[in-house]
Amino acid sequence: MGDLARRYGPGLTTIILLLVAFWLIMLVIVPNLTLLEQSFRPYLPVVDVGGPKDTYSFSNYLKVFNGEIETSVLGITFHIPVHVKTFLLTIWYSMVVTVACFLLAYPLAYFMAKVVNPKTLPTLLLLLFVPLWVSEVLRAFAWWIILALKGPLNWILLGIGVIDKPVRWIVGYDGVVVGLVYTYVLFMLFPLYNAVSSLDTNQIEAAEDLGAPWWKIHWRIVMPHAKPGIASGSVMVFMLSAGSLLVPSILGSTTSQWFTQTIDQWFKDALDWNTASAYAFLLLVLCTVFVTVAMKLFKVRLSDIAK
Amino acid sequence: MSAGIDLQDVVCDFGSFRAVDHANVSIRPGEFFSFLGPSGCGKTTILRMISGFIDPTAGTIRIGGTDVKGKRPNQRPTALIFQNLALFPLMPIWENIAFGLEMRGVDKATRRAKAEELLKLVDLPGAADKMVSQLSGGQKQRVAIARALAVEPKVMLLDEPLSALDLKLRQHMRAELRTIQKRTGVTFIYITHDQGEALAMSDRVGVMSQGRIQQIADPRDIYNNPANGFVASFVGENNIFEGTAGAASGGHAAFDTPEGRLRARQVAGTEGKPVRLYVRPEHTILSATPAAENSVPVTVEEVAFEGAFISVHGRTATGKPITAELRNDGSATVPEKGAALHASFDPARAALLPDVDVRH
Amino acid sequence: MHRFRLTLLNTYTGLFLLYMLAPLAVMSGAAFNDNKLPSIVPWKGWTTRWFIEMIEDERMMIAFANTLWVAAAVALISVVIGTAAAILINSVSGRLRTALYGMMISTILIPGVVIGISTMILWTKMGNALGTEFFLFRAGLHLSVLGQVSYIAAMVMLLVLARLQSFDPGLEEAALDLGASHAQVMRRILLPHLYPAIGAGAAVAFFQSIENFNVTQFTRGGADTLTVYVFSKVRSGITPTINALAFLLICVTLVLAVIYEANRRRRVRIEAARLDEARRAEEEMAELIGRG
Repeated sequence: MGDLARRYGPGLTTIILLLVAFWLIMLVIVPNLTLLEQSFRPYLPVVDVGGPKDTYSFSNYLKVFNGEIETSVLGITFHIPVHVKTFLLTIWYSMVVTVACFLLAYPLAYFMAKVVNPKTLPTLLLLLFVPLWVSEVLRAFAWWIILALKGPLNWILLGIGVIDKPVRWIVGYDGVVVGLVYTYVLFMLFPLYNAVSSLDTNQIEAAEDLGAPWWKIHWRIVMPHAKPGIASGSVMVFMLSAGSLLVPSILGSTTSQWFTQTIDQWFKDALDWNTASAYAFLLLVLCTVFVTVAMKLFKVRLSDIAK
Repeated sequence: MSAGIDLQDVVCDFGSFRAVDHANVSIRPGEFFSFLGPSGCGKTTILRMISGFIDPTAGTIRIGGTDVKGKRPNQRPTALIFQNLALFPLMPIWENIAFGLEMRGVDKATRRAKAEELLKLVDLPGAADKMVSQLSGGQKQRVAIARALAVEPKVMLLDEPLSALDLKLRQHMRAELRTIQKRTGVTFIYITHDQGEALAMSDRVGVMSQGRIQQIADPRDIYNNPANGFVASFVGENNIFEGTAGAASGGHAAFDTPEGRLRARQVAGTEGKPVRLYVRPEHTILSATPAAENSVPVTVEEVAFEGAFISVHGRTATGKPITAELRNDGSATVPEKGAALHASFDPARAALLPDVDVRH
Repeated sequence: MHRFRLTLLNTYTGLFLLYMLAPLAVMSGAAFNDNKLPSIVPWKGWTTRWFIEMIEDERMMIAFANTLWVAAAVALISVVIGTAAAILINSVSGRLRTALYGMMISTILIPGVVIGISTMILWTKMGNALGTEFFLFRAGLHLSVLGQVSYIAAMVMLLVLARLQSFDPGLEEAALDLGASHAQVMRRILLPHLYPAIGAGAAVAFFQSIENFNVTQFTRGGADTLTVYVFSKVRSGITPTINALAFLLICVTLVLAVIYEANRRRRVRIEAARLDEARRAEEEMAELIGRG
């Protein structure tokens, strides 16, 4: 801090400190603390707020366990609270999306980093950036058009005779997963590309020279080196997927429910901001846990992920 | 154990650029062979063609008598040591060394034992569990050699592996490499732009320029009997005279220069071609009186003391710079600046050479 | 690289590009189909009516204007805060730096839903506590701006910080030594060095704001931004006016991309010409020395 004052003088230092303080305190810390505090309060009519009924309790969080429904996984049938189910399915499908994005992006990242002619690379990057600049809502909408019952996908498949009657693509979580993968695959691609391109090509050639088959070169040399990129891409894709409200709302079916949609319903439909806060806080905890686990698993730091 | 390598009319083009132009060389089994040349002369391309990372545009490469066309790097009995060594930073030393064995499905205990054995061979016992980042430059060098030796190659290919080291260590590693090569008996092919390195270590040297092999000979011949002006200049200093060659007799020819008529060795095959006269500074003698032949009057301009020898820089009447080297052993009198002397040389020590390879 | 695998990778890249771009083409194509439902099949003939309907859609135009001012405000505030944060991070060290830096970048990872709800609750609660009806404490796009700034500022910070790391603090000392005031050092020495990163940061902030849905959805009150409006259109009565809008946005993106690419190629050519000149100068120099 002394360094700052010495370099920029007391006036500028004060301005800089005030700006950062406004950001971190007023826009980050206090809102989140308020959210936490609010989540323990009951939802009351305006007249009762601050009255004797306004006491702290866990009741908002306990609402997660209300309303059991019958579910079956792998042939085993059991009862599970509906919101817990939504929560778990959100985690599960976000992981599916993350893995799918990795599988799709890795070959291309390797191609761009190590194989492609450096002259065509900028053009390739530019073409990939185009969908990134087109907004998320439109990208989800595009898949809504493609996957529609009378949409172009069914039309083509009927045309070439692969299917004989239109397939309903948007069932269960299928549409959501397809949409999320399309929307977020580039958030996996770019960190992976950065990580792989920092690998010395001689390392690959040395391994090849020592007799490694191609898949072992990837398993032993390229992927270990790209670990920070894999971690950063996975964290980004998982967080964006689990936190997405647009894609599940547009590409969801009657049987799919995303945890953010549940939060949205508490907030917008039930107007119960307190329970919405409790649920939002659960989402925040989930994300924190995921990031922490990913960092431990891949042995990377937060600053590596931010790259 | 070790294998010879034959290159027959090997050509390599990158687009319109010819990186290697009809290279022909036969490297003997167990030989320490160096390709020497400035950067961009095509020596690294030759190495990468032998190792299989680049396919030649034309010509044949044989390793141990077998044509290796179409064989991938890992199917050739060669091991490459990269300029930056390319050690795997995320694996401990022993895994680095045993990587090739792991790829061949050797079990872990055997791999570990082999790694330890090789570490002893390269004088690094006890380093097995260290990480690459813990080693010094010279130690990394040894690990790279051990890693290459682990796959029991018949030929080792070394791409300027010493260039990252400082001078003292480089000289030490020269001797070390030579010892390891003799101990293992493997054919070494060594790429360098450092003539001292090539001459000190090799059994034979191939000097390259602009994609062509200019001369292949043992180090002594390269220095004493260079095939052309490029080789002469690349491996040492010269006093060069321009002129026209006259009639030859007994392997020597007269050479008319603005400084007068000189005589020097004629190299076979250069008759009638434009040549220049090359003589080394250490073969240039300074005297107060003119010598019987090859004598040119010079004025001393500068005397530079360089330790083991003394360089005397002078100029002829026509303004041509001449350098003579005197050994600093008290045998010669050191001339004063401004002294008028005569420079002369033995015709057997001077050669009439074309600029570059004239075979094509 | 093995030829077969190379072909495979090339094919894969082609397919990937197709996967990325075909949905955009389908969406654009539907903008010209004379069909009440947005689709390219069945094709019922060319029309431009969706574009006319789009222009006549007053709500969409208001949403568009809203989006622009929100994005501009977010860009401005994020750049100021992000730059200040980068300068601060760059001149502290040790645990304080780790803690501050960690807190700053963790904002990028907070789900938008959480940011939206927490911002909304904080400001309305403050309004209730103060007993005021002042607009700042009620739902509206100004709260969306604050919510968006809370994480977009971190992106700007990362960009500026990367640039700051290539800055030689000796230049600041030299300027101070030559009699510049601290403000002058900032204006004449530090900020000019940071301008490229600040410009990039502003662009990123602007586009991130346009993209934003989650934060806006929970803070906007009754006002629309383009993203929110498109979302409500997609959910309720869909007409291909959305496709018309999408087509125009894609065109703008493509034009910007082409300009960017042309500019880049021009720079590459200029750089090559400069290097060429340097090489010639060096050769001439060598010749001069050689002759001497």
